[in-house]
Amino acid sequence: MTSFVQPVGLDEACEAKAAEPDLVPLAGGTDVMVELNFRRARPHGLLDLTRVPELREWSVSDGCWLRLGAGVSYARIIKELGGHAPALATASRTVGSPQIRNRGTVGGNLGTSSPAGDALPPLLATGSTVELVSVRGNRLVRIEDFFTGPKENVLLPDELVAAVWLPVGRGPQQFSKVGPRNAMVIAVAALATALDGESRRVGVGLGALAPRPIRAVEAEDFASWALDWDGGSGIHADVAARFGALVAGACAPIDDVRGSSAYRRHAVAVLAARSLRWAWQEYRKDKSCG
Amino acid sequence: MRLSCTVNGQRRDIDVCPAESLLFALRERMGLPGTKNACEQGECGSCTVYLDGVAVCACLIAAGQAEGGDVVTVEGLADDEGPHPVQQAFAESGAVQCGFCTPGLIVAVHDVLSHSPRPTDAAIREALAGNLCRCTGYEKIFDAVRSAAVRMSAEGKRR
Ligand SMILES: Cc1cc2nc3c(=O)[nH]c(=O)nc-3n(C[C@H](O)[C@H](O)[C@H](O)COP(=O)(O)OP(=O)(O)OC[C@H]3O[C@@H](n4cnc5c(N)ncnc54)[C@H](O)[C@@H]3O)c2cc1C
Ligand code: FES
Ligand code: FES
Repeated sequence: MTSFVQPVGLDEACEAKAAEPDLVPLAGGTDVMVELNFRRARPHGLLDLTRVPELREWSVSDGCWLRLGAGVSYARIIKELGGHAPALATASRTVGSPQIRNRGTVGGNLGTSSPAGDALPPLLATGSTVELVSVRGNRLVRIEDFFTGPKENVLLPDELVAAVWLPVGRGPQQFSKVGPRNAMVIAVAALATALDGESRRVGVGLGALAPRPIRAVEAEDFASWALDWDGGSGIHADVAARFGALVAGACAPIDDVRGSSAYRRHAVAVLAARSLRWAWQEYRKDKSCG
Repeated sequence: MRLSCTVNGQRRDIDVCPAESLLFALRERMGLPGTKNACEQGECGSCTVYLDGVAVCACLIAAGQAEGGDVVTVEGLADDEGPHPVQQAFAESGAVQCGFCTPGLIVAVHDVLSHSPRPTDAAIREALAGNLCRCTGYEKIFDAVRSAAVRMSAEGKRR
């Protein structure tokens, strides 16, 4: 270990990363420090991002988009963003323990790009966009294009995640996660559902069900078509079941110590049908209240 | 690198490897072994300390990240009048067996009670999800939290 760089602004952070692309960004440290403690990684140096104020801010522009800085902790998302980002806030509640939520960040979840990262299905379901930054400028990447494989993403050596852009106020959202206990679990299966009443679309994001976090596009298309957006009539049992089956069909789960692939498929079909019903109920309620 | 921070109200200047954990720096360099090292991966909570008023796992903080920070460990909770009510409650409720989990739990419980003075059992369970105890079966720990809550409100103590 040769260097520990502590920029106090985003420009400075980008310059440091450009000058030394081997520097490993360090935010909450809840992934990085485990690697270091167990000597699974011996980075050339660390780039501590916790003093970069730009990364710890969020704002809502035109009431349409939430720009969430990469370094906002899960604890703050739960406390401050339940209204603007309901699925992400619900997912944040399920991350680790209070100590982990006090430090862990969405930027770190994106950096790690684990197929089971809990912040990722809500970003996929809502059609969010990742903002990357480097000395060369900023670029926007659609969330479904961000992940390239298990723990792999499109970040270039000189780039950092600056923020995530999430659409706000479009409609009800749900997040569900299956695991062996109520806290401190890596998801066996996770699913986020987001209804967009304006464009009449249903978004579905899946975690721990494929080599990377994915959308379930066929299921999205089917539900968007099948729901009675104008009349707001209830969901037919066959529609919910078909939706569940399509979500399960989108998955390519693995067998591992946490669950078999058959169990994962079954679980997500149940979760999907349930979430769609819950979200739709909320949509109808909001609609009838005007 | 040189690390300057405040620990339990005292200013400290020590040499650290920046990538070593705050837990290592506290125990091995500052002579504060109250904070325990059990898993080094954020799972057990025995290393829970406050960093700038926020409860964290010291094993997941790089020592360099504490630069300029305000750290409070279990050693910093008692005052001139004696142990903190949370500490008294743990001792008197039988919430301590081998004691390895105790320092982390004391800080975590201190944190819970400073945010919600009379937590429900469900809230206690959720708040302590990151602190493992292999001995007590948690019942006595729950007793200690309830009893600490009563003591603190009787003494008009918020922290
Ligand atoms: C006990 C425990 C329980 C956990 N439980 C969960 C859980 O339930 N669900 C879950 O999803 N995760 C869980 N995690 C994993 C971890 O907490 C999350 O992945 C978290 O989001 C990581 O955020 P961080 O800020 O701590 O990241 P760090 O550890 O600081 O960084 C993680 C990765 O992202 C990179 N990085 C960080 N910020 C940036 C940035 N701005 N730009 C570019 N790269 C960046 C780092 O270089 C590193 O590769 C758990 C971890 C522990 C130790
Ligand atoms: S030693 Fe830090 S959580 Fe176990
Ligand atoms: S008293 Fe032994 S681990 Fe809790």
